Amino acid sequence: MDSEITLRVDGRRETLSVDTRTTLLDALRERLGVTSPKKGCDHGQCGACTVLLDGRRATSCLTFAVANEHSEVVTAEGLAEKDEPHPVQQALLDNDGFQCGYCTPGQVCSAVGMLDEVKSGWPSYVTDDLEEPVELDEDEIRERMSGNLCRCGAYANIVTAIREAAE
Amino acid sequence: MTGMTRAIPPGPERVEGRAKVTGTAPYAFEHPVTDPLYLHPLRATIARGRVTRIDTDAAERVDGVHTVLTHHNAATLNPVGDPELAVLQSDGIDYRGQLIGAVVAETPEIAAHAAGLVDVRYERLPHDSEFRDDAAIVYTPDADASPMLSPDLERGDVDAAFAEAAHTVDATYTTPPEHHNPLEPHAVIATWDEEGLTLHDSNQGSHLVRDLLAALVGIDKERVSVIAPHVGGAFGSKGMPHGHVALTVLAARRTAGRPVKCALSRTQMFELVGYRPPTRQRVRLGADPEGRLTATEHDSLEQTSRFKQYAEQSASASREMYASPNRRVTNRLAALDVPAPTWMRAPGEAPGMYALETAVDELAVRVGIDPIELRVRNEPEVAPVSGLPFSSRNLVACLRQGAERFGWHERDPRPGTRREGDWLVGTGVAAASFPTLFFPGSLATIHHESAGKYRVEIGAVDIGTGSRTALTQLAAEALEVPLENVELRLGSTEQPHASLAGGSTGTASWGSTVVEAARSFRTEHGSEPAEGVETTAGAADNPDIGKYAMHAYGAQFAEVRVHVDTGEVRVPRMLGVFAAGRIVNPRTAHSQFLGGMTMGLSTALHEHSVVDERFGHVVNHDLAGYHIAGNADVGSIEVSWVDEHDPHVNPVGAKGIGEIGIVGTAAAIGNAAYHATGVRVRDLPLTPEKFLY
Ligand code: FES
Ligand code: FES
Repeated sequence: MDSEITLRVDGRRETLSVDTRTTLLDALRERLGVTSPKKGCDHGQCGACTVLLDGRRATSCLTFAVANEHSEVVTAEGLAEKDEPHPVQQALLDNDGFQCGYCTPGQVCSAVGMLDEVKSGWPSYVTDDLEEPVELDEDEIRERMSGNLCRCGAYANIVTAIREAAE
Repeated sequence: MTGMTRAIPPGPERVEGRAKVTGTAPYAFEHPVTDPLYLHPLRATIARGRVTRIDTDAAERVDGVHTVLTHHNAATLNPVGDPELAVLQSDGIDYRGQLIGAVVAETPEIAAHAAGLVDVRYERLPHDSEFRDDAAIVYTPDADASPMLSPDLERGDVDAAFAEAAHTVDATYTTPPEHHNPLEPHAVIATWDEEGLTLHDSNQGSHLVRDLLAALVGIDKERVSVIAPHVGGAFGSKGMPHGHVALTVLAARRTAGRPVKCALSRTQMFELVGYRPPTRQRVRLGADPEGRLTATEHDSLEQTSRFKQYAEQSASASREMYASPNRRVTNRLAALDVPAPTWMRAPGEAPGMYALETAVDELAVRVGIDPIELRVRNEPEVAPVSGLPFSSRNLVACLRQGAERFGWHERDPRPGTRREGDWLVGTGVAAASFPTLFFPGSLATIHHESAGKYRVEIGAVDIGTGSRTALTQLAAEALEVPLENVELRLGSTEQPHASLAGGSTGTASWGSTVVEAARSFRTEHGSEPAEGVETTAGAADNPDIGKYAMHAYGAQFAEVRVHVDTGEVRVPRMLGVFAAGRIVNPRTAHSQFLGGMTMGLSTALHEHSVVDERFGHVVNHDLAGYHIAGNADVGSIEVSWVDEHDPHVNPVGAKGIGEIGIVGTAAAIGNAAYHATGVRVRDLPLTPEKFLY
């Protein structure tokens, strides 16, 4: 069964008809040719498909496209201005926070979403004081970024990059 | 930025960095094609036997299904010496999960749905998937299992020396099956039209894929192109094309020019693209009262599949590591009805050095000397078995420098004596070595565009290592032009032949090729070349190969905490010091070492593919069940290297850095866990229950 949906993707309005079984990730990649979000597992286990969905980080493989009518999707590609990478992207470049790059767009979207969560005072598993504003130390970053696997093992550099971008 | 120092040393930024952080660097499945079809594989649900009936009617009736491929209608393929590529050539089943067909449809959803409607009946034969030491399944691998090493080696009288030794260790170490799990699943788009066959494929060697696939389907290799501009990690699993590539090509033959897209699921990857086989290694060390080795024995038993031999050869790690007048090394295989194992990052050395370096730590405890000192006492002057001089060997420098940086000297050697809160704390060390290899036969083209701008072409694949950047640097250096004047093109068979991205040979083999080609270009065209001139050349044979023993070395240090109640193991701090010849790009090299050590930590603590022997498959076949280190598993990792100038290894002087970083990590962590707790675990991974009893 197909349904017609309208989304905004990286600021563009897109109307398309999708199979109700199509995930948001497949709709982006296979139907709209937006391949910045990656498919690493299709099961919500790796974070490679992370996008900002209505401003919050979300694994796009775990949601059907039809469930996202009128939503606003921002990918790592959309986070960069023409010649100007987003500060998180710039920090990853400065710290060589990747190798193969396959996890990277997901790490970028996840970090951007995460920094916003911290700003809004969301605690994490390792936050000691739930009353005070979160202090974004390395343990907080590691914990909050653990939904994004990197098989190339760039974590140490990713953490430095995010700290730098957060300053 | 306040009070923060960047960990990484300076060096040119990755050429493709911008494209990767925005996600615009195209990987195989992302190449835009017109009007594609999607392939969903059909796989065997028994471990051994044959397909007696395969009913595809219901699947074919589904709207949008283009073809259902089975062994009944698949084209005949030529034998190419790799049984994995002989897909759909018979009704036989050699392992659970084997490819037995495919549904090709207009969308991935339709293909997946229709695949579920195919009804398969089998004749089931008894299977054996239990890895064990049993004469019924154990054999000595063919001498050609590994072209460089014979499985067995014997020097002197090990048994007599062991019997007379002042100190001995006799222990058995086991390592589990491990899966590479590159983050980008294996994927291919095959288009077979009037022009020939085009594959956008995620691989480690486009030319190798072309040669094999052209032979397999019997077409001229000039009519096959293989393109892989970016690959999302590989670690050996993309070294040889696997069955899904052949399957997709078979499908593309029937779609009248429409491209066929196939991406394996994470779960399918646990059976179809190889893994590191489980090993069972017995190490016997005998030493004199001062800890000098008199006997070294290393016997390894490893799993292989019955239908395709793969020999990990873990015991070979003990061939040239330490001086020992008496030595025995044996490698044996246990053949089972399981998927074919393959090379995984530091094949042989990763499990082999885990066993050897844990045994050496045990010996240091017996002798009562510092484990670094024990290793220093056993430094060989020349390569022990061949008697060849080392091209360079700076293991001791790595150990000494590492000890300094890590604060090793403050260490109290007594195990199980430091406690912080609920955590027992310990530190450990291990040595690492990895052979320096060179793959011949690569060619590079240097093309002068205009005004001092050059295009350099080599058909090598950058699997995430940084080769694109390192080769650009080497070309610019050899041409004596600024970096930005060189545009490097790689990844495709449109460029000249290049060897496989494997064995940590990229910088050595392709780098030397690019350097030699640049020199030939200058000889031919001078320093003021005309517009459009070009030269294609390769690297000459290295006369020093066979005259020197060539290895990279490293020293790995770890601080480990083991929870007294739960047995949880944490690794807050690691340090690796390496001696790997010339480091072309310190910035990206740092990431290579870091990545190797992180994967080593993952091997030490988490990775274990659990086989259900009743069915012959991996039970924890996804990234929720198969744990790889996540961000919160990793603490501080410091990486450094010693300056090493090695004029013998190759014209670049590079020894290769892709694999050495994972070697020895698990032993260092295990040795530290012993130091923390006094419990010697000899079985990877170091999961909590092993520390509780
Ligand atoms: S692809 Fe969505 S989490 Fe892995
Ligand atoms: S950079 Fe390769 S998986 Fe993270």
